[in-house]
Amino acid sequence: MMEQNTKTQQAELHSEPQHPISMYLKVWLLLFLLSGFSYMVDYFQFQGLLRWTLILVFMFLKAGLIIMVFMHLTWERMAVKLLLFLPPIAILIFIALMASEAGYIFISRILFFFNP
Amino acid sequence: MSGNKHQNKDTSSLQSVVSDWSADKQSFDMPWGKLMMWIFLLSDTFVFSIFLTSYMNVRMSTTAVWPSSSEVFALTIAGHHIPLVLIAIMTFILITSSGTMAMAVNYAYQGNKQKTVYLMMATALLGASFIGMQAFEWTKLIVEEGIRPWGNPLGANQFGAAFFMITGFHGLHVSAGVIYLLVIAKRVHQGKYQKKGYQIVEITGLYWHFVDLVWVFIFAFFYLW
Repeated sequence: MMEQNTKTQQAELHSEPQHPISMYLKVWLLLFLLSGFSYMVDYFQFQGLLRWTLILVFMFLKAGLIIMVFMHLTWERMAVKLLLFLPPIAILIFIALMASEAGYIFISRILFFFNP
Repeated sequence: MSGNKHQNKDTSSLQSVVSDWSADKQSFDMPWGKLMMWIFLLSDTFVFSIFLTSYMNVRMSTTAVWPSSSEVFALTIAGHHIPLVLIAIMTFILITSSGTMAMAVNYAYQGNKQKTVYLMMATALLGASFIGMQAFEWTKLIVEEGIRPWGNPLGANQFGAAFFMITGFHGLHVSAGVIYLLVIAKRVHQGKYQKKGYQIVEITGLYWHFVDLVWVFIFAFFYLW
């Protein structure tokens, strides 16, 4: 069993995709730029829908670059991608539930605290 | 197991998912340590999501004014008042550490032990400086601004609770990551993985990138909102 494990691992060691260092440097630079942009959103005090759109776009681009390139998910099999991307759908549903609940609590507080 | 290698060429179709799950072999074609790290990170995703969701919930439902993070985390450097500057520096440091970690993994698979160790040490050093800045930030908030988990002079009481819980838990992950990196770097240096292969560096890298990934979300939702 042990022997077999070592063999498999060595086989994988050789089949591991090799990427040039320049790819990592490019992604690094891109992450730097995106972080700079998201900092600028606050620096120039954009407000409202524009602020939220920019924050979320930069956030998802950064997260995507880290997951897909740095964590090598691009080169993983589809089964692994599904393992990682399907369960978080539950989180999205939970966020939607909690957001609507927070709105309800907010309205209740306004009604009962400030309307005696 | 090696008999299935020719099937593994197809990696992105749904057919490959079906064959991965239905064939008489392990479903995920990777070292068990790597799979366990992925599953741990998936569960950690849920932990951090719950923290951030509860933060969203208390922030949306409070009737008090939420303190402006742009102002709370501003610093005056050489007479200039710069909003959110420390957090921006921390973000750049964490991204840089992710870059050095990615290169460490690359050199590890090339079998370049020396460069792997150096890059992992650089990653750990950047992580340690991140923790140092966070300690500075916490001290400033607690001592100078008087922010406590149960209240603060700037506005909504929930601000302190959410801030200390989220950044504290993330800082704990960074600290654990620094120790993890140093331990693995030492073992790589000792040549313990020469025979076993260097998957462990990639596994450590997964954890470290995840810490960076969580910071991306904290930065967006806690500091920029």
